[in-house]
Order: sequence, then C-alpha cells, then structure tokens
Amino acid sequence: MKIEEGTWLYGHYEFSLAELCELSGLSEAELRELVDHGVLAPVDPAARAWTFSADRLVLARSARRLRRDFDLDLHGVALAVTLLERVRDLEAELRDLRAKLPRRQL
Amino acid sequence: MKYKDYYAVMGVDRKASAEEIKQAYRRLARKYHPDVSKEPGAEEKFKEVGEAYETLKDPEKRAAYDRLGSHRPGQEFRPPPDWEKQFGDGGFSFEDLDLGDLFSHFSGGRSRAGTGGGKIRVPGEDYEVTAHISLEDAYRGTEVDLELEVPEYDEQGFPRRVRRAFKARIPKGATDGQRLRLPGKGGKGLNGGRDGDLYLNIALHPHRLFRASGHDLYLDLPLAPWEAVLGASVQVPTLAGSVRLKVPPGTRAGQQLRLAGRGLPKPQGGEGDLFAIVQIAVPTAASERERALFKELTEVSAFNPRGHFGEEAAK
Repeated sequence: MKIEEGTWLYGHYEFSLAELCELSGLSEAELRELVDHGVLAPVDPAARAWTFSADRLVLARSARRLRRDFDLDLHGVALAVTLLERVRDLEAELRDLRAKLPRRQL
Repeated sequence: MKYKDYYAVMGVDRKASAEEIKQAYRRLARKYHPDVSKEPGAEEKFKEVGEAYETLKDPEKRAAYDRLGSHRPGQEFRPPPDWEKQFGDGGFSFEDLDLGDLFSHFSGGRSRAGTGGGKIRVPGEDYEVTAHISLEDAYRGTEVDLELEVPEYDEQGFPRRVRRAFKARIPKGATDGQRLRLPGKGGKGLNGGRDGDLYLNIALHPHRLFRASGHDLYLDLPLAPWEAVLGASVQVPTLAGSVRLKVPPGTRAGQQLRLAGRGLPKPQGGEGDLFAIVQIAVPTAASERERALFKELTEVSAFNPRGHFGEEAAK
C-alpha cells in the first residue's frame, strides 16, 4: 500500500496569502480584514507579498468554521478567534507546567 | 438507505417552528462545535447536528424529509414510490446512499448540484482525524492506518459513500497538538474543484517516564540524600537509550538538569532538550546502621533548612 506523505503545520513552513485563502476557505478580503483586526499576523507585515507561518492555517480554518457554523460577522469571528487563541496559549502553558510538575510523590 | 431522525438529533418536536429549530441549533453548536467544545465525541456529534440543521432549516428540504415518514434511526428504508417523482430527478440509487448526502445535493427536482446550470467548482470537504501515537513513535516517526468514509460522485454528480483506507507517514517531529496536513486526502472535489485535505491532529499517549511540553521532555530524577549532597554519576533513560548524567555536589530538589538535544526532534531540524527534575528520595525502611549514621549527622551538622523562616518561626 502506498504511504501518504504530509507536511507539518509548523511555524517553520510558510504559506502565501493565496495558499492560505485556498486551504482555509476564507476569501482574500476576509483574511486581510482578520489581519487588520490583529487576529492574524503575516511573517513580515511590511512585505509586498504577505506570507504566513504554516501554523496560522489552524487559526484561519477555525475562523472559517466559526463564521459558517455560528453565522458570525467578521468582527464576531475576530473576537472568538482571539479568545480561542488565548485558550490554546493557556492550555499550552498548563501542559508545560504539568510536564514540569513531579509525578511521583516521594 | 439508513434512516436518520433529524428531529431527535436536534432535540426538537416534529412540529417545531423554524425559529425553534434555529435556537436548538445554536444551543447545540455552542455545546459541540469542535473549535469550542471539550466534550468527548463533540466532533461527531456536531457533524450530526450540522447535517440535521442543513436539512431542517430549508423549508423545501424539510418538507421532502418529512415525506420520507418516520422510521427508527439506523433502519433501512426506501422513500415512498412517489417521493422521487416529486422531489428527486431520477437516477438516485438509494442502496448505498447516505441520507445526509442526499439532502446536501437535494434541489427539489430542479437540477442536481454540480450538473445543471453553471457547473460550479466545489472543493472537496476537509477532514480532521486525531492520531494517538506513543512518544517513541513521535521520536522515530511512524506510520498510521487511516480509514475514512467520504462522499464521491459519479459522472452525473450523484453522491455515494466510499470507505477509503490508506497509510500515512507521521514524520519525526510530532508533538502533542501538532497538525499534519495530507493534501488531497479529504473529500473529492466536484467539477474540477480541488480535493479536500486531511488534517491529522497528533495526540501523544502519556508515557510511563517522560512528560512532553512542546519538543522538550521532562523526567523525574530521584536521588538519595547523599547523592544530592556529594554529587553522583547516574544512569538516566532517554528515548535513544540510557546515558550517564553527572549530578553536581549540593544538588537541590526541584533543580532541573538539562540534557541538551535529548528531547523530541523538531520538524525543521534540531531537537528539544530533556530535563531531569531532581527529587530527593528518602529510604522508608532504614536499617539500624543507617539510622545511627543519620543520628550522627544530626549531631554533627549545623545545617538549618528553615533558616529563612526567621523570627516568625521562633514565636
């Protein structure tokens, strides 16, 4: 059986604006608006052609799903995604703290 | 075709108003939306709710659904003989048809999605699957067997559920919560639309010894009091086999000894670190001789571990 190869959505890889549009299902105008809202930051905002680190696709896809499934306008999406990011950051911090906590009580 | 009770899924009465259905959807979406919910099985549940709502919110689809009659969920059934004449446009094979696919392509007998009219390109659906792997697999990279049920379309644009099984490589560099994108392995696109992608969400099984945070690993390192005081050279497990670690004299509990590059490999190259967190272990059953030696230590040592309590402790 053929083995399928994938790519990590990791900060190291980058997507162009067009790729992020295609993969997330958001329009370019919507993505630009999310950048304006400060929700999504290009690697270099001053660059002529924006690129985004690959892990931003996770956020862009969440934004698309939330807009579609909750019938939100982009302002609402921006708020929800900002809160989601905070939850994810806190979960990462919690995971980090738990990893550092001794498991065995001696 | 298997029956699905969309009203039961939404928790509403068959006579519910459009507004009631919308409210039920919103309540369930907040509870089960995969981006919002932590409930087990939320994703599956939300898919059911979404499918039910797509049909019930559209008056035409709802009318057609109602005309199918009421059956037990999961029960094989065929639409009434005149149903297809009224709502379908011929050609549906109800044998291996999913009710959700039927209604997502339902057009009330005018034209099928994708065939009549402008032949709009429809991208295939993306899928998200969680792959549970061990820390060892994340370290070395691994292969996982995946099975997906996706809709495919025949030349006339009729949907059909197809079970697709394949193997996917998880390259080394995985960590908890990381996502791997498998391009084109989601649902098939329609009319030249691109195929959807499959996203693998990596979840690490808890490990007996190591705890992962990103690409760094943490390990409890118990030391005997005398090892901590005098220093020692101890054997420590890593994912690449055990290594010798030098514990400096005067090592305190809670201190982290870093083994550089002994963590998980990173996708762009390089590795995380392994941190050994020192714990001071105490023998629970001390022998006569051990007790005598500790007693001697109490008499000889001027060490006061609670010096920082200061005067408050003396009151």
